[in-house]
Amino acid sequence: MTSTATAPPPPDIRSDAPDTGPSARTPTRLAFGQRRTKWDMKLSPYLYISPFFILFIVTGLFPIGYTAVISFMDWDLVRGTGEFIGFDQYVYVLTQPKFWIALRNTFSIFLLSSVPQLLLAIFIAAMLDQNIRAKTFWRMGVLLPYVMAPVAVALIFSNMFGDKYGLVNTLLADLGIPAVPWHSDAFASHIAIATMVNFRWTGYNTLILLAAMQAIPRDYYEAAAIDGANKFRQFLAITVPSLRPTLIFVIITSTIGGLQIFDEPRMYDQYGTGGADSQWLTITLYLYDIGWGQWNFGRAAALAWILFLIILAIGVINLLVTRRLVRDEGSVRR
Amino acid sequence: MTATKSIPPAPVDDRASDAATRRRAKAVRGSRPGWFVYSALAIVLGSAIFPFYWSFLIGSGDASTIRDPNMSWWPGGNFLDNALSVINDPAVNFWRALWNSIFSSGLIAASVVFFSTLAGWAFAKLRFRGGRWLLVFVVATMAVPMQLGVVPLYILFADLGWTGNIGAIIIPALTSAFGVFWMTQYLQQAVPDELIEAARVDGASSFRTFLTVGMPAARPAAAMLALFTFVSAWNNFFWPFIVLDRNDPTLPVALSLLQSNYFVDYSIVLAGVLLSTIPLLILFAFAGKQLVSGIMAGAVKG
Repeated sequence: MTSTATAPPPPDIRSDAPDTGPSARTPTRLAFGQRRTKWDMKLSPYLYISPFFILFIVTGLFPIGYTAVISFMDWDLVRGTGEFIGFDQYVYVLTQPKFWIALRNTFSIFLLSSVPQLLLAIFIAAMLDQNIRAKTFWRMGVLLPYVMAPVAVALIFSNMFGDKYGLVNTLLADLGIPAVPWHSDAFASHIAIATMVNFRWTGYNTLILLAAMQAIPRDYYEAAAIDGANKFRQFLAITVPSLRPTLIFVIITSTIGGLQIFDEPRMYDQYGTGGADSQWLTITLYLYDIGWGQWNFGRAAALAWILFLIILAIGVINLLVTRRLVRDEGSVRR
Repeated sequence: MTATKSIPPAPVDDRASDAATRRRAKAVRGSRPGWFVYSALAIVLGSAIFPFYWSFLIGSGDASTIRDPNMSWWPGGNFLDNALSVINDPAVNFWRALWNSIFSSGLIAASVVFFSTLAGWAFAKLRFRGGRWLLVFVVATMAVPMQLGVVPLYILFADLGWTGNIGAIIIPALTSAFGVFWMTQYLQQAVPDELIEAARVDGASSFRTFLTVGMPAARPAAAMLALFTFVSAWNNFFWPFIVLDRNDPTLPVALSLLQSNYFVDYSIVLAGVLLSTIPLLILFAFAGKQLVSGIMAGAVKG
């Protein structure tokens, strides 16, 4: 460290800062400069990270705390304040059958979108990991759905999954299979909504898994091939175990995102209320309905906290995983 | 083939060693895969493209196309008409929505990139008390759902009289925890500490060092962060849908209005879907490669 500090700067740096060469200084200016530099070095890191933290406090931390306050109130929209009523809003939400239906739907859609998606992503990534021609072309093709807005995806798929004239039912009819009530049946609607999520995110997760696969040393496969392991055996014995940390990462991020699902169920029909019998009502859709349909902010806030507590369990795991990652990175720095 | 016949033995040796190298390369990288891999990938590509084609198919027909049992797989000729009725629909405010989307996503991307680079530079390259804990905090905030703060955020903007204002969707998005984390990760390995020391010895102030050393080094990661921020800001729906006015929407909010009528004419809805996706398809054509390598680079670290 000290040796690098006294070493002359490389020429390219000097050309970047031509007017502050060390030789140009007088001793008094150096003393002042040193004091200034000390404060500069001490304070500027905090200055640099402050925009993020200030904005997070105002638009993140403060609203979160305020949500807790409102959730214990019977919030009056007109007066902009409320009466303290304790846990009543929580009790109300938790005793609504709609809440439990929404919870069931949210988890059902989440499982239907994450499990097949992950299996599919591993499979496609394994295909892309082969020594194929036109690699960039295939990778871009896989990612294409990602640029389409979830709202747009939802509009297309709700049309394809139409109960009466939808493409899917037409194709099923051609195969001699009776039409599926994609909107009136709860489970069928979950499949349709999960398909939208899968369409948009499979390629994205495929590329993450592909990157992890390419980080596996090729010698492993060579050695396995010499030992007589076929491609499938190599995949199970080498690829899958090596993917574990990446899989954990993908699962955690898709859980946090998946439990908040709103766009797709909102756009699944023209009313956006989650179906006549709440077939595809999700927690966030329910929150929107309470907050901006019934204009009951106290209840919406209580539901927001309930949703957060559900996600928190998974968030804690997320924190532990990322903390380990950060710590690893920190040890590299020392 | 015919040429090799007439050539003396020496080049044959060349070819032999060539083949040997190729064999070695084959052993290392695996042989070219067969038809199975390509057909599997073709099916995947087909399903990635099909919804786009389907919207064009329906969007280029008329209101009855969707009910036609003998519907053709060949597009009709009404796409421009349908697109025009989306653009001219007074309930949709297409041009206003397009401008709002471009303006807000562009501004958000620029701001996120600048502040993330700045904070990432501090976390990656400057020593300060509590730095590591603050970084853990930044990462932890990524797990907090938007829904948790959405009610007070709405009350806040309503009190300020900013609901319906495009600023209401820009301001909360000006910085991003993901961006800070991303730039921290990148700058840690992209800039050698000696370079910073050198700039310091040169008398450069901390901020000047950031401008002359940090910013240029951050450029590749910053470009990718800009892309991802732009795409996700462009596609964002939940908060804009809550806070924006129907007369002054972003594209996804405008799209959602297309379907809100009692009678839904899917030829117009899906023409609108395609129309609103065109800007991002253009972006994808130019920057899709960067998006791919951005996801893959993030994955190796994440």
